[in-house]
Amino acid sequence: MIRILCLGIAVGTAAALTPSLAGGGHYVVLTVAWVVVAVLLVTYGTGRAVTAKYLVPGTLLLVVFTVAPVLATVQMSTTNYGDGTRTTKRETVERILANSVVQAPDSPTFNLTVGTSGDSDFTFFLVDRATGTAYAGNRDGLKEVSPTVTRGFVTAAAGYTMLTPKQVNDAAAQLKEFAVPVEGGAIRQRGLREAFEGRTMLRYDEAADTITDTATGTSYTVQRQGDREYFVDGQGERLSEQSWRAGVGLENYRRAFTDPRILGGFLRIFGWTVVFAAGSVVLTFVVGLGLAVMLNDSRVRGQKVYRSILLLPYAIPGFISILVWSGFFNQEFGLINNLTGLDIDWLGDPWGAKAALLLLNLWLGFPYMFLVATGALQSIPAELREAATIDGAGAFTAFRRITLPLLLVAVAPILVASFAFNFNNYNVIELLTHGGPFTPDHPDAGATDILISYTVRLAFGAGGAQFGFAAAIATLLFVITGVLAAAQFRATRSLEEVH
Amino acid sequence: MTVRWWREVGWRHAGGLVAVVFAVVPVLYVVSAAFNPLGTVVSTDVIPTRFSLVHFQSLFSDPARPFPRWLLNTLIVCAMVTFVQVLCSALAAYAFSRFRFKGRRGGLLTLLLIQMFPQFLAVIALFTMVTELGEALPALGLNTIAGYSLVLMGGALAQVWLIKGYFDTIPRQLDEAAVVDGASHAGVFFRILLPLARPILAVTGLLAFVGVIGEFLLASIFLTDTNAKTLAVGLYGIIESDRSNNLGVFAAGALMTALPVVLLFQYLQRYIVGGLTSGAVKD
Repeated sequence: MIRILCLGIAVGTAAALTPSLAGGGHYVVLTVAWVVVAVLLVTYGTGRAVTAKYLVPGTLLLVVFTVAPVLATVQMSTTNYGDGTRTTKRETVERILANSVVQAPDSPTFNLTVGTSGDSDFTFFLVDRATGTAYAGNRDGLKEVSPTVTRGFVTAAAGYTMLTPKQVNDAAAQLKEFAVPVEGGAIRQRGLREAFEGRTMLRYDEAADTITDTATGTSYTVQRQGDREYFVDGQGERLSEQSWRAGVGLENYRRAFTDPRILGGFLRIFGWTVVFAAGSVVLTFVVGLGLAVMLNDSRVRGQKVYRSILLLPYAIPGFISILVWSGFFNQEFGLINNLTGLDIDWLGDPWGAKAALLLLNLWLGFPYMFLVATGALQSIPAELREAATIDGAGAFTAFRRITLPLLLVAVAPILVASFAFNFNNYNVIELLTHGGPFTPDHPDAGATDILISYTVRLAFGAGGAQFGFAAAIATLLFVITGVLAAAQFRATRSLEEVH
Repeated sequence: MTVRWWREVGWRHAGGLVAVVFAVVPVLYVVSAAFNPLGTVVSTDVIPTRFSLVHFQSLFSDPARPFPRWLLNTLIVCAMVTFVQVLCSALAAYAFSRFRFKGRRGGLLTLLLIQMFPQFLAVIALFTMVTELGEALPALGLNTIAGYSLVLMGGALAQVWLIKGYFDTIPRQLDEAAVVDGASHAGVFFRILLPLARPILAVTGLLAFVGVIGEFLLASIFLTDTNAKTLAVGLYGIIESDRSNNLGVFAAGALMTALPVVLLFQYLQRYIVGGLTSGAVKD
């Protein structure tokens, strides 16, 4: 019963959303929604496929929100997607044509009322000043309507809300981009309550992929300049600065590996990423292990108390600890300089910032390693050490020769996992140093940037979105992470353990 | 306190105490800052000297930083994502533990591999995806808790290995007996295995919860409206806007966020330590 109800809800939801999704042209979302519903129906609609019933829910989520985005990132890395290239070529051509509209002396003019029908887009309600005919127009074109017209202006129409002059003024930026296409031109806004039908002199020939200016006869063809395509004339002059999203093959990777400025920054960041991850693992492990050896002794009382207190840094949500620590590193008022009497510019100096990150990561990570090492120590049979002691080995030799090798085998997978985690430890970098300090010669590659923080800045930073290039760096990160994962596979010997 | 005691045990306590001081100082500092009425960096010491609840009051009364709203958002995201993650993982773990099917080994290994790829590496594609989703269905777009939660649910199978390991330790005779008594496969899962696996469900739930509460990268890109923020981005905004003067308010919020998590950790300590040695990583 519950099963039928749930399936019914799924189908019903999808069916209810279909008209609006199809109407809005959101075919990708629509297709994914129905595929999900179909998979659910096939899995749960029959009594068979018992295994699938348990695997499908998580797998669907995993595929849609993890696997698909990873594949999309790889695909995006072969494009020039970013600021200035967000639109498709078709949309770009339409914009170039619509923006080139000019008013001719005989252009018809209209009294304008801007309406909206609930979805975010606008509709122009127009009354032709010469004929008095009323039209409604949106991005798809013009149609004749019979709304309420008062003193030459449309004042109401069923299903639409009319914008007040103030609202029109507020929406000026969007309205500037709005044009109602008509034969040979477009209708555009001019002033708060007026619109005109302009003519475009440009013609786009889809077969030849050229735009021709019918006034001058110049024809513009597509030419690649850098990693972008533009319409240019015979001299290479651009018709418009507008470009579009296009495939560039391996150009982004070529840029990353051959542009000396980018390569220099990239290699430096890669090197620091490795040092940061390895340094964090070694520091936390050495301190954690040392503590575990010290406290894991039956004569030490209060082990539970120690453990409860040392659990604190591990239990506190990471972002809180990092933000608290970020105050400690202040040169003038920070706790560290105050307590130690030092005067180090922790976050302003490249080496200081690196040391600060490692110190913070030590604090964040040593409790975890302490717990892990304690667990591993307790799993090593005491007889082994005792036997070595009887054979005449000192305590230190017994530790180095017997305990440590056994322990390293046990914790190796955790060390690799910890390395992989720190390799992509965005939080600690972003919340403490933001990747900085920055130098003038590398304005977008900071001294403490790791690959993931560098990627995020390229994609979402103030310097303008470079999605394509950032996706290429992210793809390299996938590869590196994959290698690390393979290393962990070997370390865990999970291959043998799967039974 | 003899010399011998020092040589054998005392130095161990000395080392332990150094570690305790190192671990506790930042925590004390937060507590001290939260209750210090001045709330500035300059006036705050490690040891609390003054007591006032003014920062807690301001957290609940300043509309420019709606802490209760952030708390609510965070709880909603954490609850939804944790529930879905533990449920989906437990369902899959049941299949992997109890059924024998083609692709079982490969499936388990694939999961292990995917688990090591942090989802946020695909942040750019996720961003464009949620943007598009929001254009189609505004309720799931950028700046919505629902859209953000949905994306985080991509990690729905992150706990399969831990739960499967636990299921493997529950004797099969129990499910077989239930089947003889007429239970279906779903009955075995919900009535027999889930109740017995409560400890591991608690631990995986806690790990999922902590992972979500600390998620910053995606939240900082998806949730930019003040009212859509989670605690992570919200508290970050407070401290970032004025580091020296907002310390007290930030610390009060941090304390209220961290306290329940720390208590849960202490309560589940035994299980967590067991889980750690089998490879759980908090993130």
